[in-house]
Amino acid sequence: MSSRFLVFLLPFVVIAIFWAMANREARLAHDPTHKSFFDRNGTALGVVFILLVAFWALFLVTLPYLYMVVESFHPKLPPAQRGGPADVVTIAQYKSFFVTPSDGSWNTNHMGAFLFSIIASAAVTALNFAICYPLAYYMAQAGTAQKVRLLMLALIVPYWVNEILRAFALRLLLASRGLINQMLMGLGITEGPIDFLGNNTGLYVGLSYAYLLVMVFPLYNAIESLDKNQIEAARDLGAPWWKIHRDVVMPYAKPGIASGCTMVFMLSAGSLAAPQFLGGPRTLWFTSIVYDFFFQSFNWPRGAAYAFILLAACIAFVMLMLRLFRVSLGETIK
Amino acid sequence: MSAGVELDHVTVRFGQFTAVDDATLDIRGGEFFSFLGPSGCGKTTILRTVSGFLDPSEGAVRIGGQEMSGIGPNKRPTALIFQNLALFPLMTVADNITYGLRVRGLPKPERRKKAQELLDLIALSDQGSKLVSELSGGQKQRVAIARALAVQPKVLLLDEPLSALDLKLRQHMRNELRAIQKQVGITFIYITHDQGEALTMSDRIAVMSDGVIQQVSDGKTVYDDPDTPFVASFVGENNPFTGKVIKADASGAVLDTAFGPLRGRNPKNLKKGDSAILFVRPESLVPGKGEADATLTAQTISAAFEGNATHVFLKGAGKKNITMTVGRQAGDKIPKPGEMAVISYEAAKGIVLPEGKLARE
Repeated sequence: MSSRFLVFLLPFVVIAIFWAMANREARLAHDPTHKSFFDRNGTALGVVFILLVAFWALFLVTLPYLYMVVESFHPKLPPAQRGGPADVVTIAQYKSFFVTPSDGSWNTNHMGAFLFSIIASAAVTALNFAICYPLAYYMAQAGTAQKVRLLMLALIVPYWVNEILRAFALRLLLASRGLINQMLMGLGITEGPIDFLGNNTGLYVGLSYAYLLVMVFPLYNAIESLDKNQIEAARDLGAPWWKIHRDVVMPYAKPGIASGCTMVFMLSAGSLAAPQFLGGPRTLWFTSIVYDFFFQSFNWPRGAAYAFILLAACIAFVMLMLRLFRVSLGETIK
Repeated sequence: MSAGVELDHVTVRFGQFTAVDDATLDIRGGEFFSFLGPSGCGKTTILRTVSGFLDPSEGAVRIGGQEMSGIGPNKRPTALIFQNLALFPLMTVADNITYGLRVRGLPKPERRKKAQELLDLIALSDQGSKLVSELSGGQKQRVAIARALAVQPKVLLLDEPLSALDLKLRQHMRNELRAIQKQVGITFIYITHDQGEALTMSDRIAVMSDGVIQQVSDGKTVYDDPDTPFVASFVGENNPFTGKVIKADASGAVLDTAFGPLRGRNPKNLKKGDSAILFVRPESLVPGKGEADATLTAQTISAAFEGNATHVFLKGAGKKNITMTVGRQAGDKIPKPGEMAVISYEAAKGIVLPEGKLARE
């Protein structure tokens, strides 16, 4: 039997676990008047609840991923041979990331793109933080209510526009004969056009802008609850503004900073539109490679393997950063 | 080192609203000075102006003779203790105390030494490595004081720091604050709406109402010789009797009140025909007949026994409420509820002031 079918046994295991949890819940409660899950909801409704939750958690969340995991450990085969003797479990797809299957040389092309994507995403995260922190601080502590409302509106409304449309709009601005270059040349600041798209400026601008809100709001939420007196106390004790931020505001907002940075990093590393439309001609974003495996060469196993390599690397990177800044994972989702 | 604080015709406006109106006063170096007034009277605005968080719209603030305009709160020789203390929750007690020294670039060993000194001063010697959240209310209070003292301010500003404490602790902290002030010898400027705090701790008190300083004096003078009806009615309990002056002579003035003619001292030299208010403190009233023009009759409504004294509430002509506080020695002379009572006071203990705004109850 193919290992793929093992995956489909899992739903029943998980339903059993849910069932056991519902039964155990009553015993775990310290309150003696506490009614069990089934007593509260009735048996019929209780069963429906459990099945619905199980369906959502399994068929909509877990199974698709699990299927991809299984897929990534199989060779690419024409449909007729699937489940046949050639359909073996293999790590060839993962290996192909490091070593080109055709000639056995190091796969520098893909590894380079991978590294570039990670480093560029980290850079985008840092850039985004530098833009959003002052903005969030202003909105949370400094600005008047009316100005903050206006600023929020100005931040949110552009996101009603489709992501691809936004990327193309930026492309129009940054192109060699685009508005910005025309202005620069018109003012005599540069001789010829600057290749903003070729030198990846467009990529960084596009990615930073795409995930601006994802950074602003966690920061805003974190800073907003900071007592103004804390800031004034630090100032009164003689701290210049940057020490107030370093010692009082940032430590307080650390969970928000971690949350915003994690999300921006993850989303940047996994983004597709901005790198494709705003990246330079020689820029190869890792997700584009994954995309091509799925939709150009129809090599789902290899695409899945690459996607999981990216996922694992991103998780590892984020965990490392959280450890470095002494933030627990739980704090970032508060 | 202490420094005096001079307010020179300081006016602070927020848009159309005048929070502080032409305040002029001279706080001496080393003095424990209180601003006393109801909430919204402008006392916190004055404190923020002295500490540098606000600029006066008009006038000048001088600390130790030096003009302070354009000098930010981080550059002034003042330290502020906030109403909610504003201790840094993510720092240890010792780090809180030495934060002001850290931003001044003092090296770590010296900071540690200073922290220990201050921890000893506030009797928390071995609590330096705790987090602020692990301390009790009174301990937090003391940490806030130590944090402010660490930067060796010439003036310490306190914004109702005791208001969050329970009664017993508050009374204890009053003594402690006074002792610390004596020990460090710097100027304390204390903001409060609690007259008990102001009277027990201060060398001098400024009573404020609606942005205007009503009177600046020591506690006894403020209590016994109020300058305005507001001071008379805000500081301590007082019974006001309104009327017109019908007789004014060397010994005082007589008002024709709803209770008949009543006499009191006349420090403002009011003349016959002036509208005035006579104030008689509850503890100045006694049961029984007294001098002419200092005796009145009213119906007893209720009596509240408070241990060392009994408060008797009476209602007289024009539905006016009167409170009389009698000590235990009055014994069975205390009128019973429902009785018509004759009560009196020593005429010299009444004070006649020109008509004016009273403090809201």
